[in-house]
Amino acid sequence: MTPFDYRRAADQTEALSLAAAGHCRFLGGGTNLVDLMRQNIEAPAALVDVSRLPATIDVTSEGGLIIGATARNSAVAAHPVVRAQYPMLSRALLAGASAQIRNMATVGGNLMQRTRCSYFYDAAGSRCNKREPGAGCDAIDGLSRNHAILGTSEHCIATLPSDMCVALAALDAIVHLDGPMGPRSVPLLDFHQLPGTTPHIETVLRPGELITAIAISPSAAAANSRYRKVRDRSSYAFALVSVAAGLDVADGRIRDVRIALGGVAAKPWRAVQAEDVLRGEAPTRENFLRAADVELAAAKPTEANAFKIELAKRTMAAVLGDLTGAGA
Amino acid sequence: MAIAINGTDYSLPDDPRVSLLDLLRERIGLTGTKLGCNQGACGACTVILDGERVLSCLTLAVQADGRAVTTIEGLSKQGDMHPLQRAFIEHDGLQCGYCTPGQICSAVAMLGEMRRGDPSYVTADLVAGLGSTTREEIRERMSGNLCRCGAHHGIVEAIEEQLVGDAA
Amino acid sequence: MSKLQNAIVGGVRTAMGYVPSSWLPGGTRDPLIDKRVTLGTQQSRVDGPDKVQGVARFAAEVRMDGLVYAACVHSTIARGKITELDLAAAEAAPGVVLVMTHRNAPKLALPPPIGMTNLKAAGNNILPIMQDADIRWNGQTVALVLAETQEQANHAASLIVVRYEQAAARTRFEDAKADATTPDSLMIERNRLKRGDTDAAFRNAAGSVDAVYRTPWHNHNPIEPNAATIAWQGDRLIVHDATQMLNGTAGSLAKVFGIKDTQVFVSSPFVGGAFGGKALWDHQILGAAASKLAGRPVRIALSRASMHRLIGGRSQTEQRVALAADATGKLKALLHQGFSVKPPHSVCDEAFTLSGRSLYESESYDIVQHTLDLDLLANTFMRAPGEAVGTFAIESAMDELAHDLGIDPIALRLRNIGDTDPVSGAPHSQSDLRLAYELGAKKFGWDRRAATPKSRQDGEWLIGMGCATGSFPYVRMPGMSARITIDSNGHATVSSAAHEMGMGTATVQRQHAADRLGLPLDYVTVRIGDTDLPFGSFAGGSSQTASLGAAINAASAKLAGDLLRLAGNDTPLAGLRANEIEFANHGLRKIDEPSRYESFASILERASRSEISAMGESGAPLEILKFSMHSRSAIFCELRVSEVTGEVRVTRLVGAFDCGRILNPKTATSQFRGGMIMGLGMALTEETLLDKRNGRIMSASMTDYHVPVHLDVPEIDVLWTDIPDPRTPMGARGIGEIGIAGVAAAIANAVFNATGKRIRDLPLTPDKLLSD
Repeated sequence: MTPFDYRRAADQTEALSLAAAGHCRFLGGGTNLVDLMRQNIEAPAALVDVSRLPATIDVTSEGGLIIGATARNSAVAAHPVVRAQYPMLSRALLAGASAQIRNMATVGGNLMQRTRCSYFYDAAGSRCNKREPGAGCDAIDGLSRNHAILGTSEHCIATLPSDMCVALAALDAIVHLDGPMGPRSVPLLDFHQLPGTTPHIETVLRPGELITAIAISPSAAAANSRYRKVRDRSSYAFALVSVAAGLDVADGRIRDVRIALGGVAAKPWRAVQAEDVLRGEAPTRENFLRAADVELAAAKPTEANAFKIELAKRTMAAVLGDLTGAGA
Repeated sequence: MAIAINGTDYSLPDDPRVSLLDLLRERIGLTGTKLGCNQGACGACTVILDGERVLSCLTLAVQADGRAVTTIEGLSKQGDMHPLQRAFIEHDGLQCGYCTPGQICSAVAMLGEMRRGDPSYVTADLVAGLGSTTREEIRERMSGNLCRCGAHHGIVEAIEEQLVGDAA
Repeated sequence: MSKLQNAIVGGVRTAMGYVPSSWLPGGTRDPLIDKRVTLGTQQSRVDGPDKVQGVARFAAEVRMDGLVYAACVHSTIARGKITELDLAAAEAAPGVVLVMTHRNAPKLALPPPIGMTNLKAAGNNILPIMQDADIRWNGQTVALVLAETQEQANHAASLIVVRYEQAAARTRFEDAKADATTPDSLMIERNRLKRGDTDAAFRNAAGSVDAVYRTPWHNHNPIEPNAATIAWQGDRLIVHDATQMLNGTAGSLAKVFGIKDTQVFVSSPFVGGAFGGKALWDHQILGAAASKLAGRPVRIALSRASMHRLIGGRSQTEQRVALAADATGKLKALLHQGFSVKPPHSVCDEAFTLSGRSLYESESYDIVQHTLDLDLLANTFMRAPGEAVGTFAIESAMDELAHDLGIDPIALRLRNIGDTDPVSGAPHSQSDLRLAYELGAKKFGWDRRAATPKSRQDGEWLIGMGCATGSFPYVRMPGMSARITIDSNGHATVSSAAHEMGMGTATVQRQHAADRLGLPLDYVTVRIGDTDLPFGSFAGGSSQTASLGAAINAASAKLAGDLLRLAGNDTPLAGLRANEIEFANHGLRKIDEPSRYESFASILERASRSEISAMGESGAPLEILKFSMHSRSAIFCELRVSEVTGEVRVTRLVGAFDCGRILNPKTATSQFRGGMIMGLGMALTEETLLDKRNGRIMSASMTDYHVPVHLDVPEIDVLWTDIPDPRTPMGARGIGEIGIAGVAAAIANAVFNATGKRIRDLPLTPDKLLSD
């Protein structure tokens, strides 16, 4: 770990002014950043600790939620409104990491999680375009079983490991930011970037900009939602594939449907095409599989991760099937 | 500028790189908290920070400024073991003993989470919360603490005994 | 090993055939088999309070004045030469005390390799360490940094720049097969076994199977990383190590540094899990060398990534098993062949072909295995080396054959187990796999298994049952010694350089010594864990309980004689010979006249002695050459496989073990379960990922190497036959490794029963079950 200055911000204003000094990272729970610094992947000159900024979870008059960026993952997962009205978010959070890490990790930090590609992590011995732009990618022709199948480029096939973001993508969450150029909001779906030719640019966050809150709005589909994570071991493992889905069926027709996939791309993959296929149709297994086929048609797997296509399709259809039958 | 560890105040390290784990083990000499992976993947370094279980390997010591840490050494009171420590011995919830302090600290805090009804990934009904406590619930909640010797059964039984104690 | 060794072992075996059993170790039935007081009872661990309170002290927790911390820099190529080392930034970094590379490392001899003839050897990776610019595997230590804090050492290590001239490296298993070599022997067995006409057997078979099974690299991944705290006191080397080979480590370090064994002190009272991975590797040597150069004590606690680069694991294997049987299931041919990796600098044959031929009688055999030389870190022993992976292949094949013949898999196995050793014809010392299957099948409810695959389902989950046999040989090591000291209060202390890695060594040997000496448990203390104690052999091959048991038994016999002499003539014991007395009730008495008795305290007081000590040693294990001595198990598994995702969830395991007498049911149950859980990991998730392009391990973390978590671990019932082995101390055989054997096959067989899919390639991950 490269030496750094540590500053704790008393409030948001101080956080932003401390960050203005440059080459700093905001520190939340540290569950990913501290590890990345220890692995010599990140070496900020300063850490601005924002973990003690107020961790509020406010319920709006419409039943929406404004979740402060420093709210702990565990607190959000256990929040009664999240459990009742946004079950996919609660489950996605509970599917992530371990209880200890969920107690530490903040919502803002979760958004900023970096990939678990083992070549990215091997700073000493492997090439990675994320770590070192232009260096090359050892994953593409290497051990790529866990890697992305959608939205990849010839420069990077890494996945975003977050579970929470998959649910937030399905919920059309809004990310609130504040920074040197003032506050702004970004849809979560636009927050993470696909690799393209710049895999080292992972989000739209500008220098010095701080995530302040996440907002989600209620819907029938959000209330009738699920999250299913498929992984190599039954707990405490990153997803091979995960599916967050919400379904609103009226008069035998799908009125609203939200589907996002995890473990398949560098961002939470909102299954827009599948949703388009399903909207207005009957909630049948055939339709679910057809929608999944359409969504995964563009997948570009490696030999080692081609199974994710079939896995994603089946899991998507199964989760939608469960939602058809069940309340929540 | 201090951390209260098992009720005693300790000053913060000069070097902000020092993890809470290294502060405990190398600087204060509280080696009951174990280093397993040093990257948040095994749970051996679990301590209780302001009542909640966290990983001391991923916590910078400076982040714990002004907060209260309980380690395995702090669970025994006046030489009397915590009931869970006794239960671990009775149910043989340990073999080599290296993951044990982390398992115990994790379980002590986990019992608090279960008692206040926090759900887990395997909780069937998120709204209704915990019904009767199943071993599956304990197993999922303890999955952040790896044990390589395979003492899982004794660990789960020892924890379950505490919950049964609750019900009685 | 060599042809010569085959000849010697063969010759001794032949001679043993003529020697009466009573002349051999184990020739006389250990009286403790029939007179147990505390043995066989549930006893909590004596070190439990220390462990649950975090007081038990591990290697990286020893405090020393002036301690400096080490960090390793690893090579990033598999073969070549270091051409440039830029150390300036590291040497200038805050807190740095020393940067050691091949340029300034002291001259170090090769460590002596672990072997069966040299108990003072613990070397695993027999290569020059930092003696030249050569790179021999991807991950080799090219520089070691010492600094005042671990943070400073780690940071300085990251500043070192190394440039290489790369040479062609052999890193692909497939490519190396063309140059495979064939060892003459595996452990003490001949490698090749060709008997009868296997071709004819296959031509005439009513049922047969011929398949290739693959197992990947595995790593031990104990939760405690390999670590040592090292200091030189003059020319004396002090090593607080995490090791299962105390005296081996001391002897090896003495050779490496050109000093006497007695100048090396190794201490390891508690080891945080070992499983074969805690012997001598490069880090202890590097730490001691750097300590010498710096003149400071050194803590070298490997990071999890460094562990994967410096501590070898279980070799990948590729195994062909072909079986032919008649319509009744009687085996006509057993063919087991294949490959594992063993570079010349490795000490471990992954002897996967030994279990099948020790288990099953067949009219013909064709068995041989080959080793591959790759530019990799040495492979090594990992829990049940050979048997863990060998039973996966042979027991999967037996299941396939049973399915092919339409015979119940248990019936097929029982039809083929031998009354004597299938190959040598030697009698079993004790063997009752049949009873293990009976007990296990009843407990498990095997009769509820549907013979037709894919016939039980619960929603998306396909349900299946499977079974398999496990096997592990009995090993007792010679040279293990123990001292028994009895003090004037009649309290006994047993001491030996034995090891505690979670087995409950002190707990069980306290029971043993109490029963042996006629004392209650609280009159016995067991001291283990450092080389100031009587010489210990390694804790490996599930041998320690038997070896230490034999040593304590020998010491107790010596002690009885010494006490008798010390008692003199003014005692009720006067005039008795050693073979007429026994230990009982805090003293000695005449066997057939219990009233002729004197207590230890009384004998010592009369002789004005504060204590008396006697030493004993485990002698040559000739019994294993005369008898076929193996532990066996019947493993049962019930599981669910998701039709949607291919995820496998094991719901129940039952293990029924035939391992002689069980000495402490509480700790034994834990050990059996522990082995089975490691088998569960091997079956479902564990795989060390090696990038074939450059031999780099890409799963160098516990995030990427998946050991089972709590939620993976189902209910596990453990049963045992508890039939004493009349040839072993206390009637017991080792139980540390047998637990893992057979588990992966039982799980794979249950997956077949659930899904109709036969997966022959571990681990059984969802991707393999998704494909049709």
